[in-house]
Amino acid sequence: MAQTLSDSELVARCRSGDQQAWAELVDRFSRYVYAISVQAFRLPEADAEDVFQEVFARAYEHLDGLRDDAAVRPWLGQLTRRLCIDRLRATSRERPTADEELDLAGSEETLTMLEDALTVHEALAATPEHCREILDRFFARDESYRTIGEALDLPAGTIASRISRCLGRLRELLEGRTQPDTPSSSR
Amino acid sequence: MIAFDEERLARLIRALPPAPEAWVRAAQELPLAKAGLDEIVARAEADAEFRARLVADLEAALAAEGYERDPAVIEALKVRFKSK
Repeated sequence: MAQTLSDSELVARCRSGDQQAWAELVDRFSRYVYAISVQAFRLPEADAEDVFQEVFARAYEHLDGLRDDAAVRPWLGQLTRRLCIDRLRATSRERPTADEELDLAGSEETLTMLEDALTVHEALAATPEHCREILDRFFARDESYRTIGEALDLPAGTIASRISRCLGRLRELLEGRTQPDTPSSSR
Repeated sequence: MIAFDEERLARLIRALPPAPEAWVRAAQELPLAKAGLDEIVARAEADAEFRARLVADLEAALAAEGYERDPAVIEALKVRFKSK
């Protein structure tokens, strides 16, 4: 999860055919794309999987058309939203859905929250590895103290304090940014 | 500046759980799938008999030629050759 390349550097490498860079780009944005489809649009798992693959297939195919390499994040977000809406429309043709349900899908509030979440995850990638690991395991992967302790070889009693210290560190990092809401390429 | 108290930070980290590993892997392998697809398409353009077999029964034709079964490649070829 460590991020050494900016988004624009990563896109440039993908465009030159660097397969490792493509794998990193998918890894970097996979959670975001996934969360938009299952949290903001509440797509069933099978539809979410189709959208997920379609987003990256189109991104791969149209990477050359991206005007600003640093804008890959909003571009992928927009693409995911569009494909989710297409999917909901197709589903509602097969199984009529109340208009309000479609209107509520992809609520702006959830999408904004996911934007902030991605900003936080990007900052997390800039923290020391032990912080990244423990915060991701505890919060994003919902692992228990016991599982974390076993995986990281830590006494269970020290996990809570380490999580707290790492959250503090992450907060300092985020608050130290002059423009925390700019695209991730500004890291 | 966005305010990030620790409770909010925790909520935001929690908001992005990992996508299923298999999905991520499939998307990461797209360039390889694309390369395989390009090769099959080029061969079908050059070899009418191979193309006819693809149109008749795509999966059987690929298996007979020893191509690995890749769902993404098969879907793309089905669209391209309108095979069954």
